[in-house]
Amino acid sequence: MENPEKLLDLLSQDARLTPAQLAAMTGASEEEVTDALRTFEKNSTILGYKTVIDWDKTAKESVTALIEVKITPQKGMGFDEIARQIYSHHQVESVYLMSGGFDLTVIIKDRSMREVARFVSEQLAPMENVLSTGTHFILKKYKDYGVEFDPSDNDKREVMIAW
Amino acid sequence: MVDYEQLLSDRVKEVKPSGIRKFFDVVATMPDAISLGVGEPDFETPWQIRRAGIQSLEKGQTFYTSNWGLAELRRQIAALTRRKYQLCYDADKEILVTVGGSEAIDNTIRALVNPGEEVLIPEPSFVCYTPLTQMAGGVPVPLPTRVEDQFKLTADALRAAITPRTKLLILPYPNNPTGAIMTRDELEAIAAVLRDTNIIVLSDEIYCSLTYGKDPHVCFAELPGMQERTIVVDGFSKSYAMTGWRLGWAMGPKELMRHICKVHQFGIMSAPTTAQFAGIEAIRSGEDDIERMRTQYDIRRRYLLGELRSMGLACFEPQGAFYMFPSITSTGLSCEEFCERLLKEQKVAVVPGSAFGASGEGHVRISYSYSMSHLREACFRMRKFLQSLS
Repeated sequence: MENPEKLLDLLSQDARLTPAQLAAMTGASEEEVTDALRTFEKNSTILGYKTVIDWDKTAKESVTALIEVKITPQKGMGFDEIARQIYSHHQVESVYLMSGGFDLTVIIKDRSMREVARFVSEQLAPMENVLSTGTHFILKKYKDYGVEFDPSDNDKREVMIAW
Repeated sequence: MVDYEQLLSDRVKEVKPSGIRKFFDVVATMPDAISLGVGEPDFETPWQIRRAGIQSLEKGQTFYTSNWGLAELRRQIAALTRRKYQLCYDADKEILVTVGGSEAIDNTIRALVNPGEEVLIPEPSFVCYTPLTQMAGGVPVPLPTRVEDQFKLTADALRAAITPRTKLLILPYPNNPTGAIMTRDELEAIAAVLRDTNIIVLSDEIYCSLTYGKDPHVCFAELPGMQERTIVVDGFSKSYAMTGWRLGWAMGPKELMRHICKVHQFGIMSAPTTAQFAGIEAIRSGEDDIERMRTQYDIRRRYLLGELRSMGLACFEPQGAFYMFPSITSTGLSCEEFCERLLKEQKVAVVPGSAFGASGEGHVRISYSYSMSHLREACFRMRKFLQSLS
């Protein structure tokens, strides 16, 4: 299909769009859409489909923290290997290599502050290459993955007699 | 007791109340109802345009402008017209800045139409042409268009409607509510009918920036010999998402514009100054914003068309504006019944096609000037409604 990356734009906004809807929206056939998506999945362009959830609205207790990590890369062991060791932990949601004052941003989600503290002090900080960590707890999410967390009804339009 | 009915002018009494209103009065009482009825962009005015308005206030630009509008704004409109259509208009004598496209339409009709003269109005179309003609003392003559012709005005229909009393032809394309557009060839056929007549054209091109096919919008004045007999109406509301600023314009031959400006200067004085400063910025820097919004409308258009067709409604593929105009005759309901029941049973508000002229019967107008999640929910409910009918 022509410009299959348009599918990625659409799915990044709404992963629940069906191949039939995507076909209607792009002008491609349903089969072309299915093929393109399969290709994207096979070559790991599309890595997964997740749901944006406001956990504060649920009974489930959880805490999210952002940890700034400074590391000393060891000979024969670049950032990638250290990052891998960190992201292998199930609590770790994201790991980014950063420019600037520290090396890795690690985002971790756990049941409580105590659990996060334990992870940092027992798992992360003692790692041989980790020079220092700085932990910031996230107090409130306003927007995540491009989605606002408090979607008030923003339609300010009033009724007109003549449109 | 004052007999108010007797006090009113006959012309105003002749004007019927809008068919759109009563549905939305009901919607307002239903907190869980959702609307697909709105006829304006859901986008806010792009920030740099709002900022230009704010800055003009900060600088104290709070006075009337020239009756014709700010000279710089008229120069920008002239330049925009040259860029888009290769048409030259004199910014001093041929471009009038108005309070939205609607005022430009009203001024034009009032400046041109004598009592008893006929105004040809293709229908279904925007609801203002008929009442404005009536209030000017003119005679509205509906020209029904058909879905078989993709709701375009045909040369034959035009020719058949012309009488010695015909003064004005309204050309409402891209069209609200059908989404129809007219190509250059189709406009040429209309122009050919008009060449030997004295009929003036009021080309309402307020949706000119919102077309979705390969070919760009054609301005009627581009056609050979038509600039001298056409008043082009355009504005900022739809292109730049600036409905509340109330800013539009009319352009045409100076011999007519001088008189159209008379109507404007005594009724209005000048368009809002803040809006005019924002309008200058809109033309200077708004092209990317137009494209961004148009892309979003197009995605929604394709989505909604696919959904409506998969629900079993026959739907003409609109090529412009932001409306769908599906046929609901397969349900066996009139368009008013359809809208009333859809609102009552699934709490979705759409507008009956008959609000836009008798030829709109059998259709409903659905706006896709809404977020995708809103459209998705509305489609879910409409599908349930249609399933309950079958």
